[in-house]
Amino acid sequence: MSSGTFLIMRHELLLIAAALLVLIAEIFGNPEKKSRISLFSIILMGIITAVGFLPSPAGELFGGMYVSSGTRLIMKNILNIGALLVFIQSVTWLNKKENSSKVSEYFILLISTLVGMNLMISAGHFLIFYIGIELATIPIAALAAFDRYKNKSAEAGIKLILSSALSSGVLLYGLSMIYGTTGSMYFNEVSGLFHNNNLQILGFIFFFAGMAFKISIVPFHLWTADVYEGAPVNITSYLSVISKGAAVFILMIILFTVFPVIVATWQKTIFVTSILTMTIGNLFAIRQQNLKRFLAFSSISQAGYIFLGLIGGNQLGMASVIYYVLVYIFSNLGAFGVVIAISNATGKENIDDYNGLYHTNPKLSLIMTLALFSLAGIPPVAGFFGKFFLFTGAAQKGFYLLVLIAVLNTIISLFYYLLVVKAMFINKSENPIAAFKSDFYTRFALGICVAGIVITGFASIIFEAIRNLSFGI
Amino acid sequence: MDILSLFVVIPVLTITAILLLKDTRQVRVVSAFGMGLQLLMAGTLVFLYLSARHAGNSDEMLFVKDYLWFKSLNIHYSVGVDGISVAMIALTSLVVFAGIFASWEVEFLRKEFFVSLILLATGVFGFFISIDLFTMFLFYELAVIPMYLLIGIWGTGPKEYSAMKLTLMLMGGSALLLVGLLGIYFNSSPDANRLTFNILEISKVVIPLPAQRIFFPLTFVGFGVLGALFPFHTWSPDGHASAPTAVSMLHAGVLMKLGGYGAFRVAIFLMPEAAHELSWIFIILTSISVVYGAFGAIAQKDLKYINAYSSVSHCGLVLFAVLMMNQTAMNGAIIQMISHGLMTALFFALIGMLYGRTHTRIIYEMGGLMKIIPFLGVCYVIAGLASLGLPGLSGFVAEATIFVGAFQHPELFYRIVTILAVSSIVITAVYVLRVIAILLLGPTTNEHFEHLPDARWFEKISVVTLIGSVAAIGLAPFWLSSMIGTSLHPIIDKIIALNPF
Repeated sequence: MSSGTFLIMRHELLLIAAALLVLIAEIFGNPEKKSRISLFSIILMGIITAVGFLPSPAGELFGGMYVSSGTRLIMKNILNIGALLVFIQSVTWLNKKENSSKVSEYFILLISTLVGMNLMISAGHFLIFYIGIELATIPIAALAAFDRYKNKSAEAGIKLILSSALSSGVLLYGLSMIYGTTGSMYFNEVSGLFHNNNLQILGFIFFFAGMAFKISIVPFHLWTADVYEGAPVNITSYLSVISKGAAVFILMIILFTVFPVIVATWQKTIFVTSILTMTIGNLFAIRQQNLKRFLAFSSISQAGYIFLGLIGGNQLGMASVIYYVLVYIFSNLGAFGVVIAISNATGKENIDDYNGLYHTNPKLSLIMTLALFSLAGIPPVAGFFGKFFLFTGAAQKGFYLLVLIAVLNTIISLFYYLLVVKAMFINKSENPIAAFKSDFYTRFALGICVAGIVITGFASIIFEAIRNLSFGI
Repeated sequence: MDILSLFVVIPVLTITAILLLKDTRQVRVVSAFGMGLQLLMAGTLVFLYLSARHAGNSDEMLFVKDYLWFKSLNIHYSVGVDGISVAMIALTSLVVFAGIFASWEVEFLRKEFFVSLILLATGVFGFFISIDLFTMFLFYELAVIPMYLLIGIWGTGPKEYSAMKLTLMLMGGSALLLVGLLGIYFNSSPDANRLTFNILEISKVVIPLPAQRIFFPLTFVGFGVLGALFPFHTWSPDGHASAPTAVSMLHAGVLMKLGGYGAFRVAIFLMPEAAHELSWIFIILTSISVVYGAFGAIAQKDLKYINAYSSVSHCGLVLFAVLMMNQTAMNGAIIQMISHGLMTALFFALIGMLYGRTHTRIIYEMGGLMKIIPFLGVCYVIAGLASLGLPGLSGFVAEATIFVGAFQHPELFYRIVTILAVSSIVITAVYVLRVIAILLLGPTTNEHFEHLPDARWFEKISVVTLIGSVAAIGLAPFWLSSMIGTSLHPIIDKIIALNPF
C-alpha cells in the first residue's frame, strides 16, 4: 500500500482507526469516567468530518473494485456530518445510569456502520457494494436492540436483522442473475454488457427490490414503523436519516452508471414506487400518535420525494438528491433532536403530550416548527429549496404528472406536520410538559441543525458546489 | 441597498427588533413605527415612480435590481416595479399600517402576534416587488404560512378547523402553481441552456401553444384559489370569519389580491394565447363567483360572513375583468383590487371594533347603534356605500370601468356574462343596506349596549387612514388609472397582437 492508497481510502481508514481508538479508550480508560468516551468519540468524529473536506485525489484501488471521485466524497462528507450530529445528540441519553456500561459499544457499532456506508458508496464492484451494505446493516440491528431489557427494543432488533437478511437474499439473487448473464461484477463492465435481456431485467428488479427494503420504499416498508418505534430514539434518527441517505446515494450511483441502458425500465419502476411511497407514507403518518412512528412514516414519504430526483437520470436530478439528503439530515435530525430532548427529560413521546409546549418550552417548540416546516417544504427554510430542486429535476425530463402528484402529497404532509404545530401552539393542556433546560450537547446539536436548516437554503454556493460534482447518464 | 429591497428589509428588521424586546408593551409601538416607516417608503416610492415616468423613463419596469442567486438554474433575486405593483405596494402598506392599529389591544402572546402579522406582510411585499418567478413563489408561500398560526391561535369560533382548511386549500393552490411555474420555466427559451424565471424575459418569447394549454389552467387556478375563484373559494368565508381583525383585514384586503395580481401578471401576461382560448371557462366560473358571492352575503347573519361572501363577489369581479383582456377592463380590475382592498379592510376593522364592544357579530342581536357610537356608525355607512359602488367613493370608479370594459366585447357571450355580473351591484345594495338598517338604525334593542364607548384614538387612526384613501380614489381616480394605464400597455400590446378586435 502506497501513501496514495491511504489518501484515496481516507474516510474508511480514519473511521476504522477511530473505532479502534474508542476500543482502546474503553480498555485502558478509567471505568469511573465512562462519559469521557462520548466526548472522545465526538472529537474523533469531528476531526474525521473536517478532514473529509480537504481536497483529495480521485482514483481507483484494487483493480477498480474501490472507486473514489468528487461525487462520492461529497456524499461521504454529508453522511459524516449527519453521523456527527447523531453522536452529539446521543450523549445525554448515554449518560443515563442504565447505559453507562455500554457507551463505547454504542460508538464502535455506529462507526462500523459508517465504515460500511462509506465503503458501499465507493464501490466499483458488486461484492464491495454487498460487503458495505452488510457492514452497514448488521451493527445497526445490534444497536436497535440496545435497550435489550425492553421488549420493544429487542423486537426491533430481531425485526431489523430478519428483514434485512431477507432483503439481502433478494438482492443477492438479483446480483447472481446479473453476474450469470454478464459474467462480471465490475460496475463498468456490467454496464457495457447489459442489454434489454429479460433475465437481466429480472435481475435488476430483484436488485431494486433489495435496495427498496433498505430505503423502505412501499411496498417494502412494513418493517420500518415497528423498528423505528422500538429502537432507541437516537438509533431511529440514525436509521431514518443516515442509513436511508447512504442507500439512496449508492442506488443512484448504480442506476446512473450500471443501468443506463435500461433507463426507460427503471424510470417506470421509480414512477410507480415513488407515487406509492409518498402517498402511503403520508396517509399512514396522519394516524400516528407516537412521534417516533409519526416521523418514521414521514421519512417513508420523504424517500418517495427523493425518488423524483432519481427518475430523470439527469445531472440536476442527482444534484438535487444529494442536496436534499443534506437538507433532510438537518431537518429530520432537528425534529428528532427535540423529540430526544423531551424524551430524555420526561419520557413522553406522544403528540398529545406536546399540547401547550410553546407556553412552557418556547425554544424547543420553535425549533420543532422550523424543522417540520423544512420537512414540509415551506419557505424560507432549506426544505423548500430542496423540494423545489427535486421537482425541477423531474420536470426537466417531462415528468410533470409525477411532480403534480408529489406536490399534492406535500399538502397531505403539511396537514400532519401542522397537527404537531397545532398541538404545541394552539392546544391547551392541563399538565403540559414542564419547562426544562437541556444540557450543552443537546443545545449544541440543535443549534447546528437550525443553522443548517436556515443557511443551506439561502447559501446558493452549497447547491452549486454539489451540482458541479454531479453527473447525469 | 436598493429602494425595493428595503420593502422586505424593513419588516424583517422590525421583526428582529420585536424579538429582542423584553417588554411586551413596547411591541406595538415598534410595530407601528416599522410599518409607519414602510408607509412613508411607499409614499416615496409612488413619488419617485411618478417623477421617473414624468421624466420620460418608459422602461417596462423601474428600479430594477438583479442579483444572480442559483447560477446553474439561472435563478435570480430580481426586483422591479411598474405602476401596478407600485399601486399594490401602496395598498399593502396602508392596510398593514391600519391593521397594526386595529390590533392595538391584542393581549394574548402579543409579541408572537405582531411577529406573525409582519412576517405575513413581508411575504406580500416581497411578492409584489419580485419579477423572478422563483422569488415570487417563495414570497407567496411565505405569506400563506403565518396565516395558520394567526388564525389558529388568535382566532375566534371554529378557528382550528378554519385555519387548517384555509392553509391546506391555499397550499393546494400553490401546488398547482408550482407545476405551472416549472412548465413555464422549461418552455421559457428554445435553448435549454438559457432557461429563465425572469418574467420580462419570458414575456419576449412565445411559449408553445400545447404547453400553454396545460400550464395556463394550472397557473390560473393556482392563483385563482387565492383570488376566491369558484368553486375554490370555500376557504374564504370560514377563514375570514375565524381570523382576528387585523388578519381578516390583511387577508381580504391584500392577500386575496395576490391571486388577482398573479393571475394577471403571470398566467395571462406570459401565456396570452391559451388565456384567450380558455378564458370562456374561467369567465363562467368568475361570473358564478360574482353572483353567488353576493347572494351568499344576503343569506348570512354573521357580519364577518357577510363581508367574506362580499369579498368573494368582489374578488371574483377582479378575475372576471382580468379575463376580459382589454385595456379598460384590466384597468378596472386593478382599481377594483385597490378599492376592494381598502374597503374590505375598513369593513373588517369596523367589525372588529363593533365585536370588541358588543361581543357579538350576529346582526339581529344589535340595533340602533348609530345613536350610541356615531363615529363607528358613520364609518360603517361610508364603507357600505363604497361597497355598493356609490359615486364619489372608490367602488364606483372600479366597477364602472370594469363593466364598460367588459361590454366592449361585441360577442353575445361577453354581453350576457357582463349583464349577469352587473346584477351583482343590485344584490350588493340589498345586503349592504339591509345590514345598515338592522345594525345601525331603528330602536336600540339591547339595553346593555346603551353605554358603549365610541372609537378610541388608535381605532380612529386605523379607520381614518382607510376612509381617506377610499375617498381619494373615488374623487380623483385619474392619477391612479393613468399610473396603471401606462403599465398595462406591454400586456395589452401582447394581447392585441394576438387578437385585434
